[in-house]
Amino acid sequence: MRTGLMGYEETRHPPVFGKEFLSHGETMCFFLAGADGGSMFKKFLSLLLVLLLSLSIVGCTSEVAEEAPPEPAVEDTAPEPALSPETPEIILATTTSTQDSGLLDALIPIFEEETGYMVKTIAVGTGAALAMGENGEADVLMTHAPASEQVLVDAGNVIDYTLLMHNDFVFVGPTDDPAGLTDIAEASAGLAAIQDTQSLFISRGDDSGTHKMELSLWMDAGIEPSGAWYQESGSGMGDTLNIAAEKNGYTLTDRATYLNLQNNLTTLAILLEKDPVLNNIYHVMAVNPAQFEKVNYEGASAWIAFLVRDDIQDFIGEFGVEEFGQPLFFPDAE
Amino acid sequence: MDILINGIKEALRMIIQGDPEIFQVTLLTLRISGLATLLSVVFGIPMGMFLAIKPFFGRRFLISIFNTGMGMPPTVAGLWVSVFLWRYGPFGFLNIMYSPTAMLIAQFIIASPLVIAFTVAGIQNIKPGVHEQIKALGATRMQTFWLLVKEAKLALAAAVIAGFGAVISEVGASMMVGGNIKGYSRVLTTATVMEVSKGNLEVAIALGTILLLLAYGVTLLLTIVQQREAHS
Repeated sequence: MRTGLMGYEETRHPPVFGKEFLSHGETMCFFLAGADGGSMFKKFLSLLLVLLLSLSIVGCTSEVAEEAPPEPAVEDTAPEPALSPETPEIILATTTSTQDSGLLDALIPIFEEETGYMVKTIAVGTGAALAMGENGEADVLMTHAPASEQVLVDAGNVIDYTLLMHNDFVFVGPTDDPAGLTDIAEASAGLAAIQDTQSLFISRGDDSGTHKMELSLWMDAGIEPSGAWYQESGSGMGDTLNIAAEKNGYTLTDRATYLNLQNNLTTLAILLEKDPVLNNIYHVMAVNPAQFEKVNYEGASAWIAFLVRDDIQDFIGEFGVEEFGQPLFFPDAE
Repeated sequence: MDILINGIKEALRMIIQGDPEIFQVTLLTLRISGLATLLSVVFGIPMGMFLAIKPFFGRRFLISIFNTGMGMPPTVAGLWVSVFLWRYGPFGFLNIMYSPTAMLIAQFIIASPLVIAFTVAGIQNIKPGVHEQIKALGATRMQTFWLLVKEAKLALAAAVIAGFGAVISEVGASMMVGGNIKGYSRVLTTATVMEVSKGNLEVAIALGTILLLLAYGVTLLLTIVQQREAHS
């Protein structure tokens, strides 16, 4: 269980902020008592005050609970003393696909239960996630853009760079397939066909891992995409797929997100897949505590150790099979 | 169209069955936005009143700033708050980035210009001379404050409604400084955006419906009191 939100029931610390706040309320009540006339208005203000104050008291106390000094993990099962964490919060900056696929929602509760850590997942594009790592604003990163990740590894921003899992990218597009992608096996040839036929292509355009992958594929094909047929959505994978479906365009997507959304995307189909260059590789890495002293390296290490554990790797490999008949991710950790 | 109908059905199901996660998200939404509104009222009404009646150098400039602030995109507020609250930002030592407290701060910043600007307009709309009369009758500062509040009550109620409406519906700032963390900083608006991105459009519509009902409920309450007051 997380403390934070409902945790105020358990906290033994006086709600300092709340008290301060109450004193405001008292002052205002004093105003009310001091004023004469306008009983309706008094009623109005009292009502408003009571309403907002009651909200605020609950709000305040809950926030105090969240800022209160960490209490030792309550479960007797907490494995090692090192893991009844001194710094209980881990900021995990990750790509939207790991959250949108539901994988993190399945993994995090297990991890939290075991270790007493609280994982704060910030799901953003890979570019933003890596930037958070570069600035020491996250403790651990989970992303899928090996070339960009290497830059951080080389700069020493991150350490413990660990191969985690992969899935793959696929080209989806309108079922009538004006560029004829179904008959093409290679990504670069497929992109050339899209350009030749001036078929609409929707790019993420958001510096995400998928966008980086797409750009590197265009580069491999020796094409600099531009023109009315090449449009950037500037939004996440789900939105971009919706746009492609609405506009009958092609786009590049990770398989997991597409499978998740398939039901809403009846006008799209997978047209080109399984080219080895389309592998989508996820790494996990800890932000370097030697560069950023505020990072929670212990927490980051615990999260990485958890992900590469055999049973969790198996869990990743089975995730999604029940719902989609095929796994969404393939575990790769040694 | 089916999506809309199914979404509304889903909303009703969530409400009737009391889905615990939705309940918790709704409660958090109400807590953060309610408290942000209250804080902005406590700060904004005296501030607005001061700006409205006290002539000093730069006053018009300040009012114009707050008037502009009424249209400030929440994302911009969120970005500013982020820069201050990041670990390596000036207030990083507080360690409140990605928390409900950070969302509260951002929403306070969003609501305050609205409350201030509405208050300025409301107070300045009082017949000229009332303020001087009150002072001439020997009212203390507190009494003056209270009498002016009474005079401008309808406008001030509108200020509260506008402030609350702005913060309960904003998503950009909450997403940026709260992080939409499950069970911790997820509110109705950020949950809606996430469900859209996941492709769960029906759930998104359901969340949006609950948000609208909530906003409507609170606003209705405030409006009833305001209008009763107008006719009394």
